[in-house]
Amino acid sequence: MINLAWLVPVLPAIAFVIIIFLTRRLQMVSALTSILAMAGSFIISLGIVFEVLAGPVTMDNPVELSARWLEVPGSVFIQAGVLIDPLSAVMLFVVTFIALLVMIYSIGYMKGEPGYSTFFAYLSLFSCSMLGLVVSNNYFQIFMFWELVGLCSYLLIGFYYHKDSASQANKKAFITNRYGDFGFMLGMFFLFLLFGTFNFRELAAVIPSYTNEALLTVVALLIFVGPIAKSAQFPLHVWLPDAMEGPTPVSALIHAATMVAAGVYLLARGFVLFESATTALIIIALIGGFSSIFAASIGLVQRDIKRILAFSTMSQLGYMVMAIGLGSITAGMFHLTTHAFFKALLFLGAGSVIHAVHTQDIFEMGGLSKKMKVTTWTFIIGSLALAGIFPLAGFWSKDEILLTAANAGEYFGIPILGPIFLILGLSVAFMTAFYMFRLIFVTFFGEEQPGSHAHESPAVMTVPLIILSVFAIFSGFIGTPFTPNGFAEWVYYGEPHHPHPNYGIMIMSTVVALAGIWLAWLIYGKRAISAEMLANRFSTIHRILYNKYYIDEIYLWLFDRVMLGIADACRWCDRKIVDGIADGFGDGIRAMGARMRFIQTGNMQNYALVIFVAVVIIALVLAVPVLGGI
Amino acid sequence: MGDFPILLTIVLAPVIGALVILFIPEKDERLIKITAAIATFVSLVLSVYAYLVYDKTAGGFQFTQDFVWVERFGINLSLGVDGMSLPLVLLTAIVIFTGVFASWDMHSRVKEFFIFLLVLVAGVFGVFVSRDLFWFYLFFEVAVLPMYILIGVWGSTRKEYAAMKLTLYLLVGSAFALIGIIALYVYAKAQLGFGTFDIMTLGTVEFDEAFQKFAFFLMMIGFGFLVPMWPLHTWSPDGHVAAPTAVSMLHAGVLMKLGGYGLIRAGVFLFPLGAKYWAPLIAVLCIVNVVYGARVAMVQKDLKFVIGYSSVSHMGYVLLGIASLNYMSLDGAVAQMFAHGIMTALFFALVGNVYHKAHTREIAAFGGLAHQMPRVASGFLIGGLASLGLPGLNNFVAEALIFLGSWQVEKVLFGWLHFRVLSILAIFGVVITAIYVLRVVQRVFFGPRNPKWDHLTDARGVEMVPIVILIGVLVLFGIFPSLLIDTINVGVGPLVAKISAAAEIGGVF
Repeated sequence: MINLAWLVPVLPAIAFVIIIFLTRRLQMVSALTSILAMAGSFIISLGIVFEVLAGPVTMDNPVELSARWLEVPGSVFIQAGVLIDPLSAVMLFVVTFIALLVMIYSIGYMKGEPGYSTFFAYLSLFSCSMLGLVVSNNYFQIFMFWELVGLCSYLLIGFYYHKDSASQANKKAFITNRYGDFGFMLGMFFLFLLFGTFNFRELAAVIPSYTNEALLTVVALLIFVGPIAKSAQFPLHVWLPDAMEGPTPVSALIHAATMVAAGVYLLARGFVLFESATTALIIIALIGGFSSIFAASIGLVQRDIKRILAFSTMSQLGYMVMAIGLGSITAGMFHLTTHAFFKALLFLGAGSVIHAVHTQDIFEMGGLSKKMKVTTWTFIIGSLALAGIFPLAGFWSKDEILLTAANAGEYFGIPILGPIFLILGLSVAFMTAFYMFRLIFVTFFGEEQPGSHAHESPAVMTVPLIILSVFAIFSGFIGTPFTPNGFAEWVYYGEPHHPHPNYGIMIMSTVVALAGIWLAWLIYGKRAISAEMLANRFSTIHRILYNKYYIDEIYLWLFDRVMLGIADACRWCDRKIVDGIADGFGDGIRAMGARMRFIQTGNMQNYALVIFVAVVIIALVLAVPVLGGI
Repeated sequence: MGDFPILLTIVLAPVIGALVILFIPEKDERLIKITAAIATFVSLVLSVYAYLVYDKTAGGFQFTQDFVWVERFGINLSLGVDGMSLPLVLLTAIVIFTGVFASWDMHSRVKEFFIFLLVLVAGVFGVFVSRDLFWFYLFFEVAVLPMYILIGVWGSTRKEYAAMKLTLYLLVGSAFALIGIIALYVYAKAQLGFGTFDIMTLGTVEFDEAFQKFAFFLMMIGFGFLVPMWPLHTWSPDGHVAAPTAVSMLHAGVLMKLGGYGLIRAGVFLFPLGAKYWAPLIAVLCIVNVVYGARVAMVQKDLKFVIGYSSVSHMGYVLLGIASLNYMSLDGAVAQMFAHGIMTALFFALVGNVYHKAHTREIAAFGGLAHQMPRVASGFLIGGLASLGLPGLNNFVAEALIFLGSWQVEKVLFGWLHFRVLSILAIFGVVITAIYVLRVVQRVFFGPRNPKWDHLTDARGVEMVPIVILIGVLVLFGIFPSLLIDTINVGVGPLVAKISAAAEIGGVF
């Protein structure tokens, strides 16, 4: 199967072409084409995963296939390649599996939408780009697909292009990501300058022996700017909440499970570089950790169901980035995997709710548990998994991250880091549990809204929810400290580190998660504490959180004043100075001509006078030597 | 095809087309257009054929032909293409063929319009296939003069001003180049013992350093007008805006490339030392092109002005590629000329389509146009994505090569400004480009449906010909760049060898 790995991204690309050129009018055919291609990719990926798990393919012994893509003799050689190791195999499985479920779900969710075929075409294009990114064997290729997933995200956020908010949001997403790509590109060029190759394995062979650590740190941080934007880390996170303007299945697939995780994947893929630059690693961990708590705090007070999930995604991505920054790609990738399942589940569940009630404000919902049993229960399972309740998937992956955090002091040789990151991680876990159960108590329990016609979604939507909740429950068992030959033996850097169970951390994380749920129940379930009273008492904090720390406003101001200001100055300069000089030159010549014109009077006497004067002058000049001395 | 004069036919097909049109009655517009389409189609087919059969292992000038013109002065009509000019011949053929279809809705003085258009394009072909500098210059003038009439008569928005400005600028530029060519001729004659305008023979002459600095300066200014290099650029946005659709396409798509091509062929190739000396100046000015051009584009109100300034910005990348003087960057410069030509032709075809139907190009007047014109909107979006350098489209490959090439330059200008800082500024240009392109796309095409534009019809029939062909080329060479780059490699290789053989000298800064 591994030899067919190149087909995994190619199949959805074929589906895209077929839909765009042939089946746009035939909605169901388009959907089926997409799904069939995706199923093909999924089966191949599954085959690859089994082969990797069974066979000799490990992190140290990957399979690489490549072809020449672009060459300038003696200067650069860029490959189109496939690199299969447990890291990419796990990602292939996650992406194809979730993409397949999301496509099936979309059959129901997108029913009756104009642009049904286009939607599936875009989903296929996205799958192609994302899978191409996953299998890349070099930085150049990963950068190309990195931009292409950004394009698909742009197209799908703007799917409802008639809405101004959507067309603003997709522009914002693309441009914010461009800033990230700018840094990524510079970093990539530096790597090429230093080592003369883009290939991951060739780089991995030479980077560790490179001695200029300061330069490596700069390069690593530049490349990290890419993930900051793509994985919505502070301060380039502003696009992700707005990206929720896209259809909900898109939010589930692109803006929760796969594309936004690409940043984490890149960090894992290029970890040899980051590992060689310790300062860069600490900065990565700090940015991840900060983003995580920053986003979680905003999530506490939002009202829009999708935005709450968006901030939760940002927060969890921060968790993963932090884990990798703390030196464990195993923990980061493990959480990426489990998170992909339960966050896709939550988004699809939210989609099912929105489908039923046609609003996204949780305070306009309520009491949905009676009418939407499957949605409610799967959503609760997803939330429990996200909150990290034993023994669901999130518990194990979060535990792994907290373990890594506790070891941070040892890893870097700076003892204070351990407690800092552990406390940070536990606070995020508390907030996560709180905002998820706030959402659940308000949406699914609470009072029913008068005149609500909510109903359960069709089976084509609920079956994916059920499948995902199975994974949300059980997928954590691949990586528990008690699992022999588990996740830590597949995806690792250097040597596999089998985690030892740390019951202290397990208990602590369970306690904070339960505390968060309990507090949410007190406020929104039992209503023992009034939410309004809290909001009033802490009104300043509430306002700052609700307005997302006013980051968007600051950026808008900067853009209007600085970006457009410089642009206006340039335009003025072009019109008044550059053109002014050129036109002035032309006018000058014309004016000179106008003056000269008076000489050409056409009057014989004038000409005669000029000739006479000239003759006299010439005669005088000639006469000077003869007549002598003036 | 044996001895069939391919290049001569490519040049002459439009001329013959123009001659045939002379005899077609004015009223028979359809027949005139079909004749023009056939004439340019012949050139296109032959260009594609030449591109495919060009022997990349042999390299050098191929399909050569020589006709003695003025023996005493060593002026020959010698034709030939190498890996550098071949893509540009192909570009010209694609742009003019699609341009004819983009002019299908032209209804005023159709006969004269197509005659001038075909003469213009014959001149452009001539420049790219000449191996003789005299003819190179002559063809260039043939390409410039019809432009004056085409803009002055069929243009819009301050057309007289723009036509005059464009012609004057280009003539001033060509005067510089002419002085350079004559000086070169005189100098070479003293060295060789006979007079010649043949580029390859001239390339064997060892010009001394002082002369190289002088001659390259003239070429730099002369062709700099054409590229256009800041601050000699203002003719180009005005010209773009005023010109009718097909002329804008040719103008931005091909005519500006004469500058880049001339600068490489008659500048860098003949005077590598001079190029090394002046490269820092070009590098600094091209960054102004890139960043400043993009900034100005950001605040334009007229769609065509946005594209006009984006051309100024993108041609800055070509100059950066030239100024970096290495294999990757020069490859990138040629590829960027090709890619930008296709992309900007696409833009102008689409804007022309909208303008023809809506009679305005003011960005603020539009909104939600994707409802009425989904195909135009998709085409414009793809053009925009090419413009901002999206992978999978041709422009990305070109820009990446230019960036990679310029990144390798270890020069320090003024004693403190590292060349890499210039590269970084240039790369930041892609961010600014994304901003203005996406703003325009959003303001013109997205948003709620505006009933005011319900009478607009989407592109269809012949209007789709340019859109489909141009997008197809962008995608083809974007996904399989070696189809283009391998050919360019063959042309740039000898040039790079010559540059590295030349002594290292300090730059002007």
